[in-house]
Amino acid sequence: MALTGNTTAADAGPLVAIDSLSVDFDTAGGTVHALRDVSLEVQKGRVLGLVGESGCGKSTLAYSLIGLLADNARVVNGAIRMGDRDLAGLNAAGWRDLRGRRIAMIFQDPMTALNPVLNIGRQMIDIQYRESLSKAEKRARAIEFLGQVQIPDPAARLDVYPHQLSGGMRQRVCIAMALLTRPDLLIADEPTTALDATLEMQIVDLLRELQQRFGCAVLFVSHHLGTVAELCDDVAVMYAGEMVEKGSARQIFHHPQHPYTQALLACDPARIGIATRQLPTIPGSLPDLRRPPVGCAFRARCPQAWGRCASDHPPLYVAQTHHGARCHLLNPEEGKT
Amino acid sequence: MLRYALQRFALSVVIVMVAIAILIVMLHVVPGDPAVMILGPRATPELIAQTRQSMGLDQPLPIQILTFFGNILHGDLGRDVFTNRSVAQIVFEQLPYTLVLISVAILWSAALGIALGCYSALRRNTWLDTLSGILSVGTISIPSFVMALYAVLVFAVWLGWLPSIGAGEGLGGSIIHLILPAFAIGISWVGYVARMVRASMLEVMSYAHVRMARAFGLRERLITTSHILRIAVQPAVTLIGTGVAHLFSAAVFVEVIFARPGIGALIVQSVNERNYPIVLGAVLVTTAIIVLATLISDLVIAWLDPRQREEL
Repeated sequence: MALTGNTTAADAGPLVAIDSLSVDFDTAGGTVHALRDVSLEVQKGRVLGLVGESGCGKSTLAYSLIGLLADNARVVNGAIRMGDRDLAGLNAAGWRDLRGRRIAMIFQDPMTALNPVLNIGRQMIDIQYRESLSKAEKRARAIEFLGQVQIPDPAARLDVYPHQLSGGMRQRVCIAMALLTRPDLLIADEPTTALDATLEMQIVDLLRELQQRFGCAVLFVSHHLGTVAELCDDVAVMYAGEMVEKGSARQIFHHPQHPYTQALLACDPARIGIATRQLPTIPGSLPDLRRPPVGCAFRARCPQAWGRCASDHPPLYVAQTHHGARCHLLNPEEGKT
Repeated sequence: MLRYALQRFALSVVIVMVAIAILIVMLHVVPGDPAVMILGPRATPELIAQTRQSMGLDQPLPIQILTFFGNILHGDLGRDVFTNRSVAQIVFEQLPYTLVLISVAILWSAALGIALGCYSALRRNTWLDTLSGILSVGTISIPSFVMALYAVLVFAVWLGWLPSIGAGEGLGGSIIHLILPAFAIGISWVGYVARMVRASMLEVMSYAHVRMARAFGLRERLITTSHILRIAVQPAVTLIGTGVAHLFSAAVFVEVIFARPGIGALIVQSVNERNYPIVLGAVLVTTAIIVLATLISDLVIAWLDPRQREEL
């Protein structure tokens, strides 16, 4: 049985439901089918981790949720439902209305995310332009939120320029700015990748704490499985522009069903018990997304592939409640090899 | 910001002093005795010696430089060889004409150039962008004195709309007389500035902080001004600051063509007359203004971009 978009919906109903989304990029070398038939729900007040190796489409998915895809990108199919709206068909004004109000985003590199020529206060006041507050009140809110992200002496930081702050501090400012807009959905695109390990844990702890305090849903994009395990309630695994497995964090980390997820977990340095000279890798590389393979996208690298994987594109099979994977091995009618 | 401004000002003073010293040394290296040149071939040796003494040319070179600096501090740039009038007075009589001409040329060309460059970057590959690109390259390659000649031919001789001679009387007259020369000097700068602003706008538009500003739903107008143009305009500000030197040399031709008073016309006349104290004084004041223009452009950039305030 294939898992359709609606069957995993929790009781509360999803905040955002992505339904069969396909995104193409027009490049000089041809059309790249970066996202193919991706369905995913972000539940209210929960943290969804989006994992996969570089180039698998996780950032493309994140950017399509806030309408910030590159100019050469096209949504060719599918819908992004938020409430009764389909975001996939929004025009520029429609997107602008949602951004910084219902959806906010934290970016990968805090060194370049803030405007270098405006001080922190000006940037934090500018994003409150929709609020009918006085400038002093907006300033007070900015100070309050800098305090929320545990920046010492927040009032003094308003007059400081980004280049006078460290990377960790800048990412805290970005988080404060995102939360200041009280979004329903916070998209965090690898927010800790550019930071060192100690800072990474601090930022993850902070995100966890603030998510619980503010209750917003978070889409956390990362290739670091440790932070995903730490932070996320649900996990979706992407490979070559497809959603190959999704389920609760417990299910994904303890009972991974898709051979790609299993391989990904096996490569996580934190999970390797015995000292080794060579870290494990998944042999092979991503398929050419200008000509996606007919059958399973992971077939060429899959140790368990068999005949059917080359001919039939696997649907998302149910493994357990709210847990599914795109692998023929999970087909109940198929004898496991 | 104040500390940066003071440091930059001190540096500018040093630059002007070095420039003056080089200027004096260069005048000495040039063959020929200024006293002989002034007095002509039939002067007696006694008269030459007397003139040399009165001009301070009998002193050793370092003393001459020091004396010259001392005189500048007293506002004394020397005396006109023929009329014995104060050089400072002559130069400062002519200076306002040139300064107004150059300022007007900078203002209109920078304003139009920035606006055009901005539009071209935001509306890439539209007909106005293409037209602006073609016109920019076209006007950049035309020297200002050629532009001045054609401007006189078309607007003054053929159409008879605008005057082509002199600086005019009163405010209205001065403005009307400024139009053609300011157009001739400024037109190539519109192209320069537009091309430069367009290129750096396109670069800054791809910066991560612009995407972040969009992610907060900020208005496009604010993103364009505060997040893109404020950074993208900086190379153009530097270009305009250093361009003042080119504008002065353009003014030399244009003032002669339009028979306008001004520093350029004064320098040309004094060189023809071998009136070296005036040449020296005019070049000195011009140098100071060019250094001042660079200082102003640096301060504008420091005001736009706090990162620039920390390096000298």
